[in-house]
Amino acid sequence: MMFSWKLEDQPVDTTPPLLLELRNLTTVFPTRRGLVRAVDGMSFMLREGEKLGIVGESGSGKTVTLLSILRLVPHPGEIVDGEALFLGEDLLHKPRTEMRKIRGKEIAMIFQDPLTTLNPVFPVGEQIRESLGIHNIVSSSNGWLSRLFDRRRIAAEQERVIQVMRDVGIPSPVERAKNYPHQFSGGMQQRVIIAIALSCEPHLLLADEPTTALDVTIQAQIMDLLNKINREHGTSVILVTHNLGVVAEFCDNIIVMYAGWMMEKGTVEEVIADPKHPYTQGLLRCLPRISEKREKIHPIPGLVPDLARLPPGCPFSPRCDQAMPECKEDRPFPLIELGEGRLVRCLLY
Amino acid sequence: MRAIKVLERVLAVIPIMFGVAIVVFLFMRLTPGDPVDIMMGGGGYVSEGEIENLRREFNLDKPLHVQLYIFLSHAIRGDLGNSYVKRAPVTELIAERLPATIELALGALIFGLVVATPIGIISAVKQYSALDRVSMAGAFLGISMPAFWLGILLMLIFSVRLRWLPVAGRIDYDAGLQTVTGLYVLDSILTGNKAALISSLRHLVLPSVSLGAAMAATVARILRSSMLEVLRQDYVMLARAKGLVEFLVVAKHALRNALIPTVTVVGLQVGVLLGGNMIVETVFGWPGLGRLVVQAIFARDFPLVQGAVMVYAFTFVTANLIVDVLYTYLNPKITL
Repeated sequence: MMFSWKLEDQPVDTTPPLLLELRNLTTVFPTRRGLVRAVDGMSFMLREGEKLGIVGESGSGKTVTLLSILRLVPHPGEIVDGEALFLGEDLLHKPRTEMRKIRGKEIAMIFQDPLTTLNPVFPVGEQIRESLGIHNIVSSSNGWLSRLFDRRRIAAEQERVIQVMRDVGIPSPVERAKNYPHQFSGGMQQRVIIAIALSCEPHLLLADEPTTALDVTIQAQIMDLLNKINREHGTSVILVTHNLGVVAEFCDNIIVMYAGWMMEKGTVEEVIADPKHPYTQGLLRCLPRISEKREKIHPIPGLVPDLARLPPGCPFSPRCDQAMPECKEDRPFPLIELGEGRLVRCLLY
Repeated sequence: MRAIKVLERVLAVIPIMFGVAIVVFLFMRLTPGDPVDIMMGGGGYVSEGEIENLRREFNLDKPLHVQLYIFLSHAIRGDLGNSYVKRAPVTELIAERLPATIELALGALIFGLVVATPIGIISAVKQYSALDRVSMAGAFLGISMPAFWLGILLMLIFSVRLRWLPVAGRIDYDAGLQTVTGLYVLDSILTGNKAALISSLRHLVLPSVSLGAAMAATVARILRSSMLEVLRQDYVMLARAKGLVEFLVVAKHALRNALIPTVTVVGLQVGVLLGGNMIVETVFGWPGLGRLVVQAIFARDFPLVQGAVMVYAFTFVTANLIVDVLYTYLNPKITL
């Protein structure tokens, strides 16, 4: 069964309720060479059913943004400022036990490399079932001891595992549930990971470059699957990728990140058709297009900066072809609102 | 399926033991020194005829290939010959001493694992913490310290100074233990002899610690480094992202993977514990195989050395076989 994954017309006047709101989220990593501000003052709103893309080069803070939402930033990283309001409650100040109830149940995450994301020593069915057990999804009795020996629960969990595997398009799920990760192809492994994420029917799916490690035809299938999940279950998705093409086809809104800063935000149509930030313009110039007969791809000059030794001012200014003297000054760079939800952080505006 | 493969591996032990028998036979003959000369104290008042008689008795007058044939044909039937010095069947002599060696090796193994496992896990989880630094320094010490020196030190402190534990031996003479298996701790439990159990355990502590310290140190370091490697993996992050409690993230998802390299090292160490305890046995007067072998080597007691080496080889091969089988359970990617 194939689904077209073109953007569908959204109803204009009914705005769905707010699901997640980040306010000034700041995550830092102390390193020997200095403090790295991996995510610096990130703010955005995500509505129910929305598909948001976060784009940027490696090291721009996309993944850390996702991990910060789940409070899984690896040591020695630390969230030092901001709020992450999920259904109105701040995740960053929740007690650990409360946070664990949200992880995997309300907010699930899909990782980049399926091969290393599945635990090699457990059958995939057990890895999907584990989430159900943690969050007590199909339990009929209380108390961990009675649950442990509850035959009906075990059967119900098994049934749910098979159903989720079928939902994500794994053929012959009953047999495949007993297989180990190395017996699956990359695309099927990613489906298993998506099944783990979906098992508890989360409100929000954080997808960290879910297709980067896969070949192109499999990429399209996985994006189809994510689209189907979004449409059928109303699950919101934050998709992190460095691939603008994937975002353009999948997402409703885009955030462009550079060196921990949000540089630009808008709907997919706005940003692709009319990029405001010189960095976004540069990114789009890198994309080869079939429609235009272009001789050369224009790469952005220079390299991603060393985050521990950022120049004063805008971190993109050393590579920017429109940089002005004040861009290199140590001054505030506010987000400029150009229209509703249309934001850019650049002194040109 | 797995049972058939295991059986195949068990059967493969036979040719290995055959090879070991030939090699140890030839090497013993290559060592300088003649058993009869040594027995006679370098000649003197012993007549040529007596020496000839002894040589004939031990088959040492026959050509080498005939001696080898005699040795192998008897060995297949489970007869490893008679000791030159003790004048008793080698199999009996070994059977008498082997339980003591096994008991000591098991004691050292249990001590090593009980100490190394929590240290390895906790120092990885709390990397660079005070506990990590102290235990890794301790592990470094444990690897570097010779077992005989540690043994003497422990004996001085706990037996001589504090008088908490006995100096030497396996059990008090008045414990009245009835031997069943030859493992005194096990025998005490089987016969319900409480006094003997306490006595045998008290005797076992210091030798086990001396023998097991190096092993504990090695295993702790391997487990720590494997845990550090595994804790960085994406699947550990996924386990956390599922909402699993940190204890299970470590104990279930990480440890199961970290055990795979660790089990290999433990398996090799078991061979070392069984074969490398001559020094500890000597320090603590432990009546095990190691001391018997040392005496046999000095006396060029060919049959006894051959028999003992074959026992060592057998335990080593068996330990490796067990590790290989365990491996298939731990790592689904591996089949026998």
